[in-house]
Formats: sequence, structure tokens, C-alpha cells
Amino acid sequence: MNPFAYDFMVHAYVAAAIVAVMAGATGYMLVLRGQSFAGHALGHVGFAGATGALLLGWPPLAGLVAVTVAGGLLMGLLGERLAERDVGIGLVLAASLGLGLLFIGFFASSATRATALLFGNVLGVSAETLLALLVVGIATMAGLAVLARPLLFASLQPELAAARGVPVRLVGVLFLGLVGLAVAGAAQVVGVLLVFSLLVGPAAAAQRLSTTLYVGVFLCVGLALAEALGGITLAFYTDWPASFWITTLGAGAYAVTWSKGLSVLFFKKKRLSFL
Amino acid sequence: MTSVCVAAATLGHAGRPVLTDIDLCLEQGEFVGLLGPNGAGKTTLLRSLLGLLPPLAGRVEVFGLPARRGNSHIGYLPQTSAGPLPRLQVMDVLAASLSAHRWGLPRHDTAARVSIRQALARVGADVLAERPLSALSGGERQRVLIAQALLGKPRLLLLDEPLAGLDPRHQADIVALLREVQQVLGITVLCSAHDINVLLPAMDRVLFVAGGGVALGPVAQIATGQVLSRLYGAPIDVVRAGGHIFVSSAAAA
Repeated sequence: MNPFAYDFMVHAYVAAAIVAVMAGATGYMLVLRGQSFAGHALGHVGFAGATGALLLGWPPLAGLVAVTVAGGLLMGLLGERLAERDVGIGLVLAASLGLGLLFIGFFASSATRATALLFGNVLGVSAETLLALLVVGIATMAGLAVLARPLLFASLQPELAAARGVPVRLVGVLFLGLVGLAVAGAAQVVGVLLVFSLLVGPAAAAQRLSTTLYVGVFLCVGLALAEALGGITLAFYTDWPASFWITTLGAGAYAVTWSKGLSVLFFKKKRLSFL
Repeated sequence: MTSVCVAAATLGHAGRPVLTDIDLCLEQGEFVGLLGPNGAGKTTLLRSLLGLLPPLAGRVEVFGLPARRGNSHIGYLPQTSAGPLPRLQVMDVLAASLSAHRWGLPRHDTAARVSIRQALARVGADVLAERPLSALSGGERQRVLIAQALLGKPRLLLLDEPLAGLDPRHQADIVALLREVQQVLGITVLCSAHDINVLLPAMDRVLFVAGGGVALGPVAQIATGQVLSRLYGAPIDVVRAGGHIFVSSAAAA
């Protein structure tokens, strides 16, 4: 059985690759900033956007992008005031899911649609969605490339960055807007509930494996690619859900980085030329 | 030549002045200890010099120009933040701060690496370049951050509680290092601390901040019961014993 003989598999591989690159790169900065939870939260908020778009007859990705980007920018503007209010965030998450449930309740086949949005439907990505994903992916990576330098400084040493004239607040707000884009993309592959695994899993594993910036970023993108493409391949041969495999590989990769032997191996050989 | 000049300035946040109508001038190349109780305005003064807090009234000038953000003549070491440190190696953390006000991808060119290695070597921290920041001890971390503050060849170094959380031996090491760097490079240092004694070997003058005002001068003139009682607005005892200075509230005694 050759997975590449099927259009839906080729679509799935391309979609997963686009998403893995943008989620990996964005996720690395997200984890470095200690904002993992923001990514998780934006996924939930996105559910209301995607279902709302369905209700209006728009593609769900459009609704996802609109709501996650707006949500990210808003989260950035509220800043620390929001960060300390996990009860508030939790309630907004729950309310978003509830609102999404209401929107989707108006459809006949609501359960199937809800499952696809919540847990992803990477094997059902259309050519149009693929194109839209490519645009979202390019926009995210371009935005990151422009933002990266001040973002890195502002993330590592915010007080110092502010004193040096870096617009720390603006950079933080724009970055969460980019996280919104990455979340919307990741939701197309693993669903709004599981974006954490592609956004945060590879980044957390990469930061355990390497303390060098560029090695860490490439390791992170590589892990995200391996998990996403590997998960789809496993889904093809086992007929189990792709999202199950991707999340399992993500958790597995992170767990492996905790095994001491491997960390020692990596730290001792950190000057490997291919990295 | 003066490096810092504050004239008739009221400093603080809008509607909440911390320091009122203060005047002070620091000469180029002197080491000034910044002392005073918590919340008295030590950090407020430093942030004002950095241009992060515009003066509510009066003038705040650094090297003859109004204080502004991004002044490359100032090296700054902020107060240690409580959050977890990044698992990123020292070299990459310091490189991230170079020309980071510009947009684009982080650059790690050879010139940047050489200047970082030189700065680390100056503070005796060259062996720490590849270690993750999160794995450093408190003393090692402060050394690295002092090296970072020196990166842009500043003429004024502002240090906000660089000794906090260090044991007495490491405090003395850091003070000796700061004094050496200050004298070799001929820069002005304004360094806040909790305990006046640890700064005694390095200080040219002391700047006490309390009760909304300031008192600047040689230690022998300023660290006296009379001057500090007036500044604090409360009876203060200053006791000298065995080369140490003890400042305490007379009311509590």
C-alpha cells in the first residue's frame, strides 16, 4: 500500500508539513516566553470562531484565523493582568467551547463536524484549504522573521530590552497575533483541543535537548515535522485517527527527553556538525 | 565633567511621585552607592535615568542630554526577576541583546561573538559562555550580566541590587569586580544595595534615598545620625564599630 497513491494522503502530508514548520517555529518562542497556556487557550477560543464561520457559510479556517488572531492580540493587550487570572481564562475557554457547541447545534450532522473541529481532520483537507494553509503559513513565518530579533531579547530579558528601546509590549502583542495564526493552522491538523501537542510538545522537547538557539529551533521544527508526518503515516497503515498518533508521538518524544541517558548524549555531542 | 544631572526633579509614576524636588549630580568616573529603604525610590531613580519614567517635573540629564530610552552610553543591570531563567546558553542570551532594537532575524556573527567573549573574559566568566543561563549560580549569573552591561562600551553603569541573594563572599567578589572595571574603564557606576558595608571598599560617594528626598556626599558626611534623621524624617542612629556602619531606627531601639 503506497500512501502517495492517494490524493487525500498527499494533501495530508503537505498540510501537516506546513503546519509543523509554523507551529514548531512559533512554539519555540512561545515556550521560551513561558506562554504555553496562551496557545492552548487560543485553540479553544478558535472553536467558537470555526463553528461561527460554518453558521455564516464561510470556510471554518477563515473563522478560526479571525478569532484566534483577534484573541491573541487581545490577550497581548491585556498582558500581565490576564496572566494572573487563570480562573478568568478558564471560564473564557469553557464559554468559547459552549458557544461553539451552540453554533454547531444548528447543523444536522453536528457531531461529525464537531469531532472534526475538536480533534482535527487532516485526512480530509481539500485543495482550497491547502492553499489557505500555505498563505497562513507564509504569513506566520514572514511575521516571525521580522519580529524574531526584538522578540527574542524581549522574551529573555524584558526589563533590559525596554531600557534599550525595544517596544516590548508591542512585540509581545504582535507575537500573540502570530500565535493565533499558528494555532488556526495547527487546528486544521490536530483540532482545536490538541494544538498543544504540535505547538508546545516539540518546543519543550527541543529546549530540553539543546541550549543553543538555532540548534533548538531547528530541532523543534524537525520534531514537529517528524511527529506530524509520522502520525499521518501511522494512521494510514493502522486506520487509527491521525490526531491520536500525532499527540502520542509528541508526548512520547517529550518523555524520551527526560530519560537521562539521552540528554547526556546530546549535551556531550552538542557540537555535532549536522546540527 | 558630570555624567548625571538631576535638577529640581520630581520622579515617580503619574499621580504618585516617589521623589520630590530632588537635585543631584554625579561626576564622570565615580562609584556611587545607592542606598535607602524598600520603596524609597532607588529603582525609580534608576528607571528615570534610563528614560523609562519621564520626570513629572524638573530635569533629568545624562551626559548633558535629557534621559531617553535606548541610550547606548548606559549599561544596565536590572533587579533579578523571580521567574525561571531560560535554558539557553550564555553566548546566545547575550547575542540576543545586541542591536535587538532592529527588526529581523537574530544575528550571530563573528564580531558579535568576539565582543561577547571579550566582555566575559573581562569579568572572569569566559568559561561560562556555553553554559545555559539556568544552570549558573547566583554569583556566576551576576558576572555574566555585568559583562552584558559592559557590551556596548557604556560610560555609565546602572546596577539595581546586583548583590541581592548572594552570600557575603560573593557579594564582596562582585563589588571588587565592579570597582576594578569602573577604574580600568573610567566609567561612572551607580549601584543600589541593601547594606552600606559591602559597598564601603568601592564607594567614592554615597547617595541615600528616603522620605521623598536624597542626600549625596562622602560616606563620612552622609552616613551620620543627623543627616539621615533629617532625610528619613525620623530619629536614626548610626553606629560605627569595627569598620562597619550600622544604621537603625532610634525609635525602635
